[in-house]
Amino acid sequence: MKRRRWLPSPRWALIVPPYAWMLLFFAVPFAIVLKISFAKTTLAMPPFTSLLDWSGQAPQIQIHLENYLRLFSDGLYAMAYLSSLKVAVVSTFLCLLIGYPMAYAIARMDPAARNVALMLVVLPSWTSFLIRIYAWIGILKNNGLLNNLLIGLGIIDEPLQILYSTTAVYIGIVYAYLPFMVLPLYANLVKLDLRLLEAASDLGAKPWKAFFQITLPLSRAGIIAGSMLVMIPVVGEFVIPEMLGSPDTLMIGRVLWQEFFNNRDWPAASAVAIVMLALLLIPIVIFHRAQAKALEAKLT
Amino acid sequence: MRRWGLSRWLLLAGLLFLYAPMLSLMVYSFNESKLVTVWSGFSVKWYFELFRDQQLIDAAWVSLRVAFYTACATVVLGTMAAMALTRLRSFPGKTLFGAMITAPLVMPEVITGLSILLLFVAMNDWLGMGQSRGIGAIWAAHVTFTLAFVTVVISSRLSELDRSLEEAAMDLGANRVKVFFVITLPIIAPALVAGWLLGFTLSLDDLVIASFVSGPSSTTLPMKVFSSVRLGVSPKINALATLMILVVSAAALIGWWLLSREEKRRQRDMQRALQQGE
Repeated sequence: MKRRRWLPSPRWALIVPPYAWMLLFFAVPFAIVLKISFAKTTLAMPPFTSLLDWSGQAPQIQIHLENYLRLFSDGLYAMAYLSSLKVAVVSTFLCLLIGYPMAYAIARMDPAARNVALMLVVLPSWTSFLIRIYAWIGILKNNGLLNNLLIGLGIIDEPLQILYSTTAVYIGIVYAYLPFMVLPLYANLVKLDLRLLEAASDLGAKPWKAFFQITLPLSRAGIIAGSMLVMIPVVGEFVIPEMLGSPDTLMIGRVLWQEFFNNRDWPAASAVAIVMLALLLIPIVIFHRAQAKALEAKLT
Repeated sequence: MRRWGLSRWLLLAGLLFLYAPMLSLMVYSFNESKLVTVWSGFSVKWYFELFRDQQLIDAAWVSLRVAFYTACATVVLGTMAAMALTRLRSFPGKTLFGAMITAPLVMPEVITGLSILLLFVAMNDWLGMGQSRGIGAIWAAHVTFTLAFVTVVISSRLSELDRSLEEAAMDLGANRVKVFFVITLPIIAPALVAGWLLGFTLSLDDLVIASFVSGPSSTTLPMKVFSSVRLGVSPKINALATLMILVVSAAALIGWWLLSREEKRRQRDMQRALQQGE
């Protein structure tokens, strides 16, 4: 390796700034959340007790498990976790159902058309998330566009109550997260060796059979990446259930928000966050592995 | 016949699903009636109303500034992180580094927002800084969560880059720093532009993290929009939405066009170089 001796190795200059940044703003905050989740709420600023009690001669560590005990004893939290998981799993499946044919169609186009189609899928997600969810209020309202259309066509007589319901939450989530499903699927499907399908058809397989026996299994990595990109953030989703859901559409992100902003109970909010993270740990690890593998595959 | 198979029609339906709500939003911003969904005549009065709303304009200004600084800082840090991840075989704590870089891609926003706020509160406790939690605080939080996205964009470009160009420059005696600025940087420039735009729009768009982190003195545009949408639909918000959609679409289209032109030129150059080599 030819390098002048007096030059400091640029490798540390490369690693240290982003590493230090992520340690300070990502790793340390988690430690703090964990710490506060074991504290008790007080009427002070900041509104929680310190874990170290200096009032005696020697500092004593005071760990309060009340926040966690409440999460397990109060049925509301358990319900919120379960319904968040259910919403996340169902909407991930819906995204997959709608996104897979879209990604498949784009991957089979010729390259020029492919770029345009891909652009069209991505473009909405560059515009404001909030605005796109807001758009659905005007469509789903009782006197909104959808109900007016259906009544105008004579399909229904009474407007459907869709807005402020769980159905509206599903529509909003699928709408907002669809591009995150299509992109990794496309990236995977476009690499599929078409000769495999030709071979299958030469050997007499019907297109549908070839799809289920070759294309679908080979696109597993794309399905996993897309599903994780949709499922994990949806579990903690706050904006969509808040804007489109009914007041009793329970989701854990909303519970955390309310504990923090409405009840000003920071320790409870921290405990909610820690348990949510624990639930998401396995999917996050799967996602991270898939990401690392994809990068590795590209480099070699 | 096979060219317009089932999947093409489903793609068309999917695109319709993606675009119809935004189109309806834009159409009704020109509605005269205050009732957003009953058409009563063409009017641009909501746009005038929008520009008279000083609070909204102040919030937009805060958001734009935060987004600009976020995008700049993220591209610099993201390039460093991407170089470290793709170029360095191993360094102490590489696994932790990779995990910290990719985790925010999927981390629920409420968790990120809460944890960074608690960091600022703790910093205020221990060091007496970060009390007002203004633009700087929102900026730091935004850099943290956008860094993941920008690093992925840049490292995917870096990993596609033909290493032989860099090796050739090194053989000719250039040191690593020079190779980076003269060879690598120009080649990955399109990815840097894409990363900058991505960081900018992600920051401009964020509601949840900013709501947690910001103090009472600074309100961003999404926070303002959210609080007014909670009170019900308003044609003024439709007008704002239309402007935002148009600006972002124009920026995205220009960025996309520049990128694909650059890509085509690069491929042509490569082909020419290969032909000359033969």
